[in-house]
Order: sequence, then structure tokens, then C-alpha cells
Amino acid sequence: MSPMRVQWVAFQTIVTKEIRRFMRIWQQTLLPPAITMTLYFIIFGNLIGSRIGEMGGVDYMSYIVPGLIMMSVITNAYGNVSSSFFSNKFQRSVEEMMVAPVYPITILLGFVAGGVARGVAVGVIVTLLSLYFTDLNVHHAGVMVGVILLSAILFSLGGFINAVFATKFDDISIIPTFVITPLTYLGGVFYSISLLPDFWQDVSMLNPILYMVNTFRYGVLGVTDINVFFAFSMLVFFIFILGAYSIWLLRRGTGMRQ
Amino acid sequence: MVAALAVENLSKVYGNGFEALKGITLEVQKGDFFALLGPNGAGKSTTLGIISGLVQKTAGNAYVMGHDVNGDAFDARRSLGVVPQEFNFNQFEKVYDIVVTQAGYFGLRPAEAKANAEELLKALDLWDKRDTPSRMLSGGMKRRLMIARALVHKPDVLILDEPTAGVDIELRRSMWEFMEELNRKGTTIILTTHYLEEAEQLCRNIAIINKGEIVQCTSKRELLSQLTTETFVFDLCEPVPEGFALEEFECAIPAEDTLEVTVEKGQSINRIFSLLTEKNLEVRSMRTKSNRLEELFVNLVRESNS
Repeated sequence: MSPMRVQWVAFQTIVTKEIRRFMRIWQQTLLPPAITMTLYFIIFGNLIGSRIGEMGGVDYMSYIVPGLIMMSVITNAYGNVSSSFFSNKFQRSVEEMMVAPVYPITILLGFVAGGVARGVAVGVIVTLLSLYFTDLNVHHAGVMVGVILLSAILFSLGGFINAVFATKFDDISIIPTFVITPLTYLGGVFYSISLLPDFWQDVSMLNPILYMVNTFRYGVLGVTDINVFFAFSMLVFFIFILGAYSIWLLRRGTGMRQ
Repeated sequence: MVAALAVENLSKVYGNGFEALKGITLEVQKGDFFALLGPNGAGKSTTLGIISGLVQKTAGNAYVMGHDVNGDAFDARRSLGVVPQEFNFNQFEKVYDIVVTQAGYFGLRPAEAKANAEELLKALDLWDKRDTPSRMLSGGMKRRLMIARALVHKPDVLILDEPTAGVDIELRRSMWEFMEELNRKGTTIILTTHYLEEAEQLCRNIAIINKGEIVQCTSKRELLSQLTTETFVFDLCEPVPEGFALEEFECAIPAEDTLEVTVEKGQSINRIFSLLTEKNLEVRSMRTKSNRLEELFVNLVRESNS
């Protein structure tokens, strides 16, 4: 049996296990974002949005839908990998992979694919729900799919690194609570940064989530506050950096091997 | 011939400065049933952890079927099955899924993985529990699940780190039979256990480790021949008379109808019976005071400590 064949089967095994895990607990993984986003659509889109009027040249509901889809994709991709990998560490079932001939990159790709699968699954659910509230146009399908996948990969890697260093369950909620959620809310999900004073526009440009939200919004509506090419380059660059760091951590056995 | 397991000058110093292994060397031949014995904290699990890739070595080398566990980890791990001391499976997964998933990590295609899982779960009496979440299993079932999981890729070498800890005697005996059968079919087995009668029953070669050093590494026969004395307990039909003594034997009377006799190498047990018959004492039953290997183990560890 060639090493490549073993790695391919092992990769499929990890992905299947990850998908089976989040499907088994769908009440905790798929249902909550559907309910939360529906509430956003009703309260911000319908009730408040109808009084706001247009933003970026489109009605407010249409403006916030891409941001809310992107928000649900990145939080779920991150949450899936951080909770699943930490749970594997906590129960020591990570040792099942460590005693097997699975390469670190295979483990990483398997967990990241699991995170992307959940992120995309939630993204599809939220998109379908949004169709009840507004009509979604597709300005550029390639940009839409590309930015969703790259963002999900990047945040899955972030979740993986978080889980490697986490020593207790509280540790995997610190980054989402204190970093990802504030950056998402300040990342142009609900507003265009052109509404901000110049200084805060400049500060907002340092927020990576702004680029993801705006690139996805460009794919849907053709409206953006940023350079789409720059956004894609930045995503690929950070995926490369976090990916290399994650493999290095796995090879060292950080948080796993004594 | 390539050894199933070879360890050369293996050392491990943990981050807190504790020196768990002090350059141990040992070799286990293919087809052997080998015991690695030692008191708690002696270095057994550290040794097995390094071999299976769960612990980082500080120095030295370890080979499984000739493959370096660090330099050629892929082939070394494919040859190895590991049953750890602690339960380390996902408590929420079903029994069948745990075994099939492990097969996938070793590159087995789904059809082969499912066939192997079914065969092992049936052999280990877990087939009826295949759809049960692992957390719902009893302690003995969890131990058997870990054995099934470790064997699903049909490894050449199986490491069993205290596989029968906390298992009732009936189940332990059925597990012994399973392991003996496995060994007969050609799997090399390396066992650590605190039940020394288990090691005496199953193993052909034994290493005793204490404070990170190998105290003895030899065949069971050779090891047991080092015993210079053995104590037998005789249950008598009537009380032992006051001032009782057995001429050439050292005796103790722990209860009024019980006699403990220490027999030195070269002395005959028949002689004890003759002497008891002469003194009109009838023996109801006889047993060894402790397991032979246990006695030897205690002596060797005590010597090593001093």
C-alpha cells in the first residue's frame, strides 16, 4: 500500500468523521446559526432596515445579507475545528491518529475540510433563509465561491491553532468572543465604511474580516469598499502562513505529545 | 533476522527534569510474547509511548520491524498496534465507527475496514454492542474495544499497556486466551501488567525495569530459575501442635491450622509431606504463598532500589 494511498484514505476518513460529528449534533451546529440569522434578517433587515432605506446603492436588507452569510461561514468554520480538535485532545482520541501512519498535513487537511464543510453547510442554510426576505442576485459567482472557500479555510486554520494551544474548554471560546465577533461586527457587515470618518475608515482597513465581507458582497451585489484582488491575495497569504505554522505545531506534537 | 522491536540507549527527560528512561536497551524477537514489568513510574509507559509515537524521546533509537520510529515512522506505525493504559477513544462515537475509523487511518478501504471490524468485534464479543456509543460500555468492554481497534489493520506487533487492569477474572481469562491465540498466529505481543501471574502465564521473555533502567531482561525460565526459595502454605485438618518445628525447613504458623514452609532450591516438597505424616498431621490443601514471578520481581526491584 503506497503512502499516498494511505494518506488519501486517512484524509477521507477524517473528513467523514468530522461531517458525521457536526451532522450528529445538528441541534448545536446547524440550527443555532439558522435561528440567529433569521432574527438578524427580521430585526435588522425588515424592522430597522425598512427605515434606513438604501446603502451602497441597494436596499438595506440586500446589503446586509452577504455580510451575514460570510459571518456565519467564518464563525462556524472556526468553531467546528477548534471544538472538534480540542475535544479529540481532551478525550485523547487524537492519539488514534498519532499512532497511525498519518502525516501531519493529512490530519490538518482533514480537519480543515471538516471546518469548511460545516461553514459552507451553514452558509447554504443562511442563504436559503435569506431568499425568504430578499432576492439575491449573483454578480460574480467565481468571486462568491472563491472568497467563501478561502475564508472558511483561513478560519478553520485559526480554529485549529486555537485548539492546539487550548488546555481547557474555556480557551476555545476566548478568541471567538473577544476577537472574531468584534472584528466581524466592525467588518462592514451592517454598514459601509464610507459612512465612517476618515480616521475610522483607515482603522477599519486593518480589519481582515472587512475584506472578506466586502469581497463576498462584491460577488453578490457588485458593491464593495475595498480592492477585491488585494483581498484574495491577502487570504492566500494568510492561509499559507497559518497552514505552515499548523503543520509545524503538528510535527512538534505541541499540546499532544509529551 | 530483524527483531520485532529493538530499543537502543533510549533516554527520556521530561520538561520538569524527571529522568524517566536512562539509556535502556532491549530487543524483542518476532513471534515473542514479551512482558515489560516494573513498579509504577518505572518507565514502562514512557518506553511504549516513545515506540508508538506518543512521547518524544530525548536520545537513543527505537525500531519496529526494523523501521526507525522517528526516521521511518510511516512503516514503523503500520507494523504496530497499540492498546494504551487509559481509555482514549471518542466517548460519543459508536463502537463500530471507532474501529472502522481507525482502519481508515491505516489506509484500509471501507470494505476491508468493515470486514476486519466485524471479525474482531465478533471475536471479542462486542458485535451486539456495535451501535452503542462507547461511553455506555462497561470497563471490560472498553478494554476489548481498544484491543479490537488496535488490531483492525492486522499489525505484526501489538503493544498492550495493562490491558486487563480493572477487568474481572473471568473476562481476564478469556482475554488471555484471545491474546495467546493471536500470538500463536504470529503476532508479536509486548505486554505490561501489574498482574504478575498474567505475565507468568502468557509470556516467554521478560524485562524488568525500575527507575528508568532495565534490571533484568531474559527468558521466563531463566528468570524463575533465579528463585532460591519458595514459600508454600499448607492447610491442615487439625491445629498445629505447640512448639512445632520441621527439622530442615524454616516454618511459620500464621493461623492455628495453617503452616508456611520455606523451601530452598534443591530441597524436595515430598520431604515436607513425609515429615508431616510422621507427626500425624494431615494436609487438606497446599498452595504457593505468592506467585513465583511476583516473589522474584519484588526481590529484584528491592535489590535495584538498594
